[in-house]
Amino acid sequence: MGTTETNRSDGSSRLDRRLLLERLSSYWLVGAGFFAVALFGLIVLTLVQQSIPIVSEYSLFQMMTSSNWDPASDEFGFLPAIVGTIYVTVLSMAMGTPLAILAAIYIAEYAEGRTKLIVSSFIDVLAAIPSVIFGLVGLIVVVPFVGDYLAPAVGAHSIGLGIVTVSLVMAIIVTPFMISLSVESLEALPDELRESSLGVGATKWETIRTVLLRAAGPGIFSAILLGFGRVFGATIVPAMLIGGQTAIPESPFDAGETLPTLIVNDFGELMSIPLTQSALILVGLTLLVVVWIFNFGAMLVRRRLQRRWQY
Amino acid sequence: MDRYTEQRLFGLLARASAALILAVLVMVVGVTLWRGGRVFITDPAVAVTPPGSRYMLDGGGGFLHAVLGSIFIVVPATVVASILAISTAIFLQSDYSSERTSDVINMFLNVLWGTPPIVYGVFVLTIIIAAGAQTSLIFGTIAIAIFQYPIMTRYADEALRAAPDTVKEASYGLGATRFETARMTVRAALPGVIAGIIMGFARGIGDAATVLFTAGRSTQMPGGPFDPATTLPILIFEQAASFNAEVRSHAYAASFVLIITVLALILVSKLLAGKFARFAPGGRHS
Repeated sequence: MGTTETNRSDGSSRLDRRLLLERLSSYWLVGAGFFAVALFGLIVLTLVQQSIPIVSEYSLFQMMTSSNWDPASDEFGFLPAIVGTIYVTVLSMAMGTPLAILAAIYIAEYAEGRTKLIVSSFIDVLAAIPSVIFGLVGLIVVVPFVGDYLAPAVGAHSIGLGIVTVSLVMAIIVTPFMISLSVESLEALPDELRESSLGVGATKWETIRTVLLRAAGPGIFSAILLGFGRVFGATIVPAMLIGGQTAIPESPFDAGETLPTLIVNDFGELMSIPLTQSALILVGLTLLVVVWIFNFGAMLVRRRLQRRWQY
Repeated sequence: MDRYTEQRLFGLLARASAALILAVLVMVVGVTLWRGGRVFITDPAVAVTPPGSRYMLDGGGGFLHAVLGSIFIVVPATVVASILAISTAIFLQSDYSSERTSDVINMFLNVLWGTPPIVYGVFVLTIIIAAGAQTSLIFGTIAIAIFQYPIMTRYADEALRAAPDTVKEASYGLGATRFETARMTVRAALPGVIAGIIMGFARGIGDAATVLFTAGRSTQMPGGPFDPATTLPILIFEQAASFNAEVRSHAYAASFVLIITVLALILVSKLLAGKFARFAPGGRHS
């Protein structure tokens, strides 16, 4: 602006600049806001489009029920990986869920002051430890434990690597995440609930079991469903500890494979065979869809139960 | 079992569960520090020595390529992801969107947040193949940025939500535009936002599944953005499966470096959150 301009026009040009910045920034922010939607759409579209070749060649049902995985001779059976994934998911959640809920109860209802702060920040640390380190420690500690003590103790044979080993490690990995969500919903409850329950003569545990767990139930339940999604899509730990076997596991102590380890083991080498690539992308799409169902279920369950279980 | 025994039993169980999880944490960190530390202390140069020509076979040289690869991939990814994440969080929180729109976008963010990292890896690799490109450092960066974006957005969103409403009200009351108000809100929420960025950085540097297929698993020093690279988690993943004891010992040393980095990042994020609280208007953050 020249020196001949009056104060008034100087002021209005500053306002113009501010309004211009406001308009430009709002385009950017709206764009960033819808980035999540665009990214999700792009991922789904890409994966669906790349899965078409395999789906048009073989029926989904046939692939899911065949246990023969041999891309070199055009055999695509996902059944061993599906069985392995279900084994790992169910076993890890069976061990991890009670552990996580009890620990969440401890943090939310028993721990106080400094102890509470320390315990919950340790849980945060556990959540941030890279899974490859869990895998490595699993190789050093859990593999010999399962191979030399746990399997012989129950009369099974195991080389140490296998479904049980993966499940033991995954049960721990999934806890911090379920704990923090459960603690959140327990702490959101009003103190009147605790006071009135204790006031009519319930013990602390009866209060927790009959009142608090029910009132915080929707939150805890959705935490568990999200935990399922986490274990289901876990990649690195199963790839390091499951032992890689393309037959249907006979016992939980057997080696096996999961859907993500199928991708890890085969993607690099078999990229040159287009049909294999398409089959593995289909596996990726399956992971996405199943995790999506878990997430969506978690949301629905929370909404529904919140209405039914409220106090 | 009478009700008081039951109460004692479950109180004990709750304590035992928390203790068990903490014990596992201590064990994981302890084993990594102990096994890795023994290798690392006797030969700290492995972290700054370039790899030999047959590094994955005989462990000659060190893993400087993975250290540099991690830095070159994760630092730019964190910058990109944090800009996007803060913008998204502003959009969700302030007056740019209706509550309905925010709800829908939040739903998609939750889905992205729960998406297994391997799916991002497969997605980016599919794009690489479609584009006829080769796996390289830049695609590793893209994959990590996509992975970090929902995580950082969640932290930033939480931080902005916790910022006092009075900041916004005062800012609008003085005639500020939406953008100027959003800047004030971000400043008020800065401790939480910064802590979220650092946590996102820590998650990004520790993740292997996203970069496994996208960065190229190189065993040489990273050349440029379009050359293959590798990161510490990939290196550990590959070395842990090696038959050569020397190579496996390098996996322990690499995990020592990785866990120290991650723990330091968490510590810095907690400390910074406390330090920045002083500059925040409203000042009731800690």
